[in-house]
Amino acid sequence: MADTKSILTSPIFDNNPIALQILGICSALAVTTSMSNALVMCVALTLVTAFSSFFISIIRKQIPSSIRIIVQMTIIASLVILVDQVLKAVAYDVSKGLSVFVGLIITNCIVMGRAEAFAMSNPPVPSFLDGIGNGLGYSAVLLFVATIRELLGSGTWFGITILQPVTDGGWYLPNGLLLLPPSAFFIIGLFIAIVRIWKPEQIEEAEFVMKPQSKGMAHGGGH
Amino acid sequence: MSKPKSNNAKTISVALTLCLVCSVLVSAVAVGLKPAQVENARLDRNKNILVAAGMYNAESDTAADVAQRFKDFEVEIVDLNEGTYLDDEALKVAGIPDRNAYDASQATKNQALSEDLGSNDPAGIGRKPKYAKVYVKNDDAGQPEMVVLPIQGYGLWGTIYGFLTLESDMNTIKGISFYEHKETPGLGARIEEPEWRAKWSGIHSYDENGDVATGVTKAGNPKENWVDGISGATLTGRGVSNMIQFWLGEQGYKPYLDALREESGKTIDNADTQASQSKQPNNQTAQPTTELAALQPVANGKEA
Repeated sequence: MADTKSILTSPIFDNNPIALQILGICSALAVTTSMSNALVMCVALTLVTAFSSFFISIIRKQIPSSIRIIVQMTIIASLVILVDQVLKAVAYDVSKGLSVFVGLIITNCIVMGRAEAFAMSNPPVPSFLDGIGNGLGYSAVLLFVATIRELLGSGTWFGITILQPVTDGGWYLPNGLLLLPPSAFFIIGLFIAIVRIWKPEQIEEAEFVMKPQSKGMAHGGGH
Repeated sequence: MSKPKSNNAKTISVALTLCLVCSVLVSAVAVGLKPAQVENARLDRNKNILVAAGMYNAESDTAADVAQRFKDFEVEIVDLNEGTYLDDEALKVAGIPDRNAYDASQATKNQALSEDLGSNDPAGIGRKPKYAKVYVKNDDAGQPEMVVLPIQGYGLWGTIYGFLTLESDMNTIKGISFYEHKETPGLGARIEEPEWRAKWSGIHSYDENGDVATGVTKAGNPKENWVDGISGATLTGRGVSNMIQFWLGEQGYKPYLDALREESGKTIDNADTQASQSKQPNNQTAQPTTELAALQPVANGKEA
């Protein structure tokens, strides 16, 4: 098995769950309008991924393969409810701000993906670290996206005004597009591009190449 | 993966054990954290009363500020049919031991404290409480300066709970806030946003005849004293509209508001409220409202 350090660090850039595997981007669109929401989401997802991988790995030899997916889901769902309940008790405003998205960690492909791909076949401690590592990879993207969206969308960062908006007598005109979900697609695309320029080995082979057009349209009988 | 052990007894026992462990864990956490969550919900409700009253600044106010400012309000229990306050004696008769602990939405589950609305139920709440808890802020002369009225009604996915504040004329809306709802995030949930809530400030809720004349209208159909709905949230808008009309109407707070107006010798006069509206902007503490207010003079300056 790979050494512990690479389990922890490789998902951040080398094998990032969002940038390379394109998993879990739904929540990356939804909670990245402000840094504080994104940060809470990152912590929540990292904890859920780590602990669900840990527990699933402990009982991996007992899980009958016919019901393994539902067993994984049960463990993940319990942990998500736990996180949700704790948030409601200690950070009520944040939990209201994240609304349904904490609950939707259950459906986040990263958690399920790590449970199935790693925790089912590895011992508990590496599984736990793998969960933390993938959580950090997810966090890296989320915080990158949230920084750009909050800074250009509202002129703030963690709620602190950086670019004084015109409405408060400053010079910056906030770009409303960045507060809407589509902007997250552009920024995630930008992130993936940057990572692949830096690490060209991540660029995938094209699955097919379009053939150059060989004949004129005249006899083609095209539709 | 290790050798799959797929006999049925094993599968069922693993499933049962797992369910048992998970459910015990989840229930223990839910029960253990309940007191803290209830307390948070109470603080959040008080905060939203201040938001509706335009007395809350999201940027700088702490929980201590909320508690301090909340003391300016008197908690009163109103008999909705009579429009009168219940004193401590009457509360005991009505079966309400503590006015601060009274919760009108809980009361709808109690036969003695509520009445069935039957088919006459535009807000979709099923049962109407007989008594409502309102928050009154008096001015120096002891006259009501504003009243904060709890409102609730069915939106698209569930019941929306909020507060509506009326100014001393018991006609002009000062502010509105929503503290609990299940509307779609990004669409119906935008009723919570300060930008949309700010549209309610300064609206006259009654016409000259004393009938409710406000609500949520659709784009392309602007009406004076009606608020423009949110695109993509038609049903939520309809729900909000119905709930406001219900609670301001005969079945809601109208008898109470009429009584208050009579007591202070005021009448519904939509013409003179212009003055009270113009002194508003300084009182509005919600951030985006101040932004809007700040924008106004600039726009006017350009025109001139």
